[in-house]
Amino acid sequence: MGSYNLKINGKNVSIEADSDTPLLWVLRDELNLVGTKYGCGIGQCGSCTVHIEGVATRSCLLPASRLENSEITTIEGLAKDRLHPVQEAWKELDVPQCGYCQSGQIMTASSFLKRNPNPNSEAIRSAMHGNLCRCASYNRIEKAVALAAKKMS
Amino acid sequence: MKNQNKITFSRRNFIRTSALAGGGLLIGFNFFNSCKEAAVPPVDVSKLNFNDFNAFIKIADNGYVTIFSPNPEIGQGVKTAMPMLIAEELDVPWAHVTVEQGALDTNNFTRQVAGGSQSIRFGWDALRQTGATAKQMLINAAAAKWGVDASTCSASEGIIKNANGDKLGYGDVVSEAASLEVPENLSLKEPKDFKIIGKDAINVDIDKIITGKPLFGLDYTAEGMKYVSVCRPPAFGQKISSFDATEAKAVNGVSEVLQFGDKIAVLASNTWAAMKGKKALKVEWKTDEKLESTTDHDKKLNSILDANDLDVRREDGNVNKAFAEADKIIERTYDSPFLPHNCMEPMNFYANITDEKVHLVGPIQTPAGTAKRIAKLINRNEEDIHLEMTRMGGGFGRRLYGDFALEAAEISNLTKQPVKVIFSREDDMAAGIYRPAIKYRIKASIKDGEITGYQLKEAAINSNMYGLIPNFFPAGAIENYKVESGNYSSNITTGAWRAPYTNFLAFAEQSFFDELAEALSVDPVQLRLDLLKNVEDGKDPSIAYSAKRMIAVIKLAAEKSNWGTTSRGVHQGFSAYYSHNTHVAEVVDITMKNGQPCVEKVTVAVDCGIVVNPTGAKNQIEGGVIDGIGHAMYGDFSFENGKPQDVNFNTYRLIRMKETPIVETYFVENELSPTGLGEPGLPPAGGALANAIKAATGKIITKQPFIISLGSRKTDLNA
Repeated sequence: MGSYNLKINGKNVSIEADSDTPLLWVLRDELNLVGTKYGCGIGQCGSCTVHIEGVATRSCLLPASRLENSEITTIEGLAKDRLHPVQEAWKELDVPQCGYCQSGQIMTASSFLKRNPNPNSEAIRSAMHGNLCRCASYNRIEKAVALAAKKMS
Repeated sequence: MKNQNKITFSRRNFIRTSALAGGGLLIGFNFFNSCKEAAVPPVDVSKLNFNDFNAFIKIADNGYVTIFSPNPEIGQGVKTAMPMLIAEELDVPWAHVTVEQGALDTNNFTRQVAGGSQSIRFGWDALRQTGATAKQMLINAAAAKWGVDASTCSASEGIIKNANGDKLGYGDVVSEAASLEVPENLSLKEPKDFKIIGKDAINVDIDKIITGKPLFGLDYTAEGMKYVSVCRPPAFGQKISSFDATEAKAVNGVSEVLQFGDKIAVLASNTWAAMKGKKALKVEWKTDEKLESTTDHDKKLNSILDANDLDVRREDGNVNKAFAEADKIIERTYDSPFLPHNCMEPMNFYANITDEKVHLVGPIQTPAGTAKRIAKLINRNEEDIHLEMTRMGGGFGRRLYGDFALEAAEISNLTKQPVKVIFSREDDMAAGIYRPAIKYRIKASIKDGEITGYQLKEAAINSNMYGLIPNFFPAGAIENYKVESGNYSSNITTGAWRAPYTNFLAFAEQSFFDELAEALSVDPVQLRLDLLKNVEDGKDPSIAYSAKRMIAVIKLAAEKSNWGTTSRGVHQGFSAYYSHNTHVAEVVDITMKNGQPCVEKVTVAVDCGIVVNPTGAKNQIEGGVIDGIGHAMYGDFSFENGKPQDVNFNTYRLIRMKETPIVETYFVENELSPTGLGEPGLPPAGGALANAIKAATGKIITKQPFIISLGSRKTDLNA
């Protein structure tokens, strides 16, 4: 058990955890930031995606103890004064079905659009390929990423 | 099925009203009883207490409406669509409506299930009648206030008007309405007057979903709650022999390890510790029953198909005679594997059982049945049980089974602590209640250019196609027709999986029809239209589908997909299927790359009656079609000595973005009562894809997953 100082959604928080505890479980069980979801625990589904220094990262395999000097953003911190354009696009196109994977999808999409603000369909499909949606809302995810890109330009 | 909107109704016995202490009107009604197909009160509702009403419409004194909807939401959109039915007849602007998940009293209610695409079908009349009754009460209250006859007043968009041009908002008369009699003999709107039904309404939970608010069972926490990981036998047929928990107990955060039945619960202060504790257990397992393997199942199912002692499910004419007199006989056997559900939110449940109460919270499609089983398990009265449903991270049939809720209840009962059982992904895939492996053997005779006989045999693990399925197409369309089924009892647990049985039956039959079309030198679409000409709707009441509606979707899909006129390199496959009261036709367009299909587009025509919420309806169809394509291509699950061979997404392949086709959905426009959409989009997809592959390559696929049938390994990427 160790004590770690993390910076999550712009706030400094101190946590107590074993050094191997993945960020996912610190967020969910210690900090009650449950928007980040558990799906597979092995980095295959993308439900647990957060931003580390703005880059989409799987939180289920990443020990929180290694993140002491990193900026961590979760779905709860994505919207600042208003919804992020990716969230707006998700709402406008009514993307979710069950909704469980969508925070991970949104975190992947928002990080991707920062890198590639004007993507074509192929780039969107590649970028989102790592995020599973069991309801298969993929058509709308693709459209929403394109719409968000438009909103951001 | 014809829309009954012109018939007047009486709702008096279904509705209670009460004034709210802080101002406002509360209308209670029994959601599930009122949504029964035959809307007969099953109990004497006049004797029910107000608490027995499980759905409420709250109208605040500012006129804003809150609808408490108790229907389980698994992503099928009913939490949005069902309140739309109430709001339509209540006649309030949708923007003034808030929908909340109602806490649930699980006693006395019947249709307390999400499954079978039935919610909208059963709720259609009842929910609109409830809305209309509430509206009339408000009108009556306003008329009394004005001292005019209620029949001279009308209401729309939350405003009541009289002949003098006076206006009152719903909120202005809520207190008066609370003390009035419930009106009777009302009528419903004509579909042409709908303002909410038929317009896009975005998922009512959208803001919570996109901002990561707690919604799902896995997100639920309570003071003092322990997180629990359960160690279950690794193979079907095994039991605990002995275990050593020394190392598990040494894991930081683990508070307790205990055996219950043939399982071991590890309780901890957080999920990670519970999972680590479970991994640290040293368990000796003993083999108690036969350890079954997929190769054994293959042999068993084949021997069932070969034998002649199956149960006859439907028989028309004489198939043996047709076969004896045939010019040509075609026969195929189709194979499907077991499939896990793989809901993105793994199974989980919260239980807090004390001497005073039994508090259960979690994602469950069958709260009433589960509460009953838990009462029996822990020897408590059903009345002691309070079960709250959360939004569900997918269901697909898996959450019909309350095994995970029973585990939570048993552990809380033994430890006298609030607990939440959380399945890891590995637990979720290995302790499944799977879509059973099934084989179909279909045989047809051709004589003088006609299909004269059709025989379908089903061999399945544990159970067979249910209910009316043997009366689906082509029943009624072919003179000599026979459906038989048999099964093999396995210790591997099986159950409903999105569009149970038809999810694979449709693939087998719709692929077979393409072969028949080829043998007859007829276009596959034309063959289906020709066969449907033999069916007169209503003549044989046992026939489940409507030929007229089926023909309409077939023609619409063919037209919208430009059937038969694709560009070079694009190959099409057709399929049409009726299931869950909905008629669907699909055309799949593919190109081939490295011997594997790239599914470019699926054109879907749907007749689900009136479309309540078009955006939600399209979402269901898009999801169902892609799900159908994905599982046909990649879904593979096998057992070796009772042990599942895949337990996580590194080897179990689900369809992902790059393999996803564009889905174009078209609805047949009519004014018939709505039917469900969660399931019927899926069954036709696999057959349409197989037929497109046949068109492209000449290969006839009879086995899922297609990727292996086409010579690749299941994890090979083709794009």
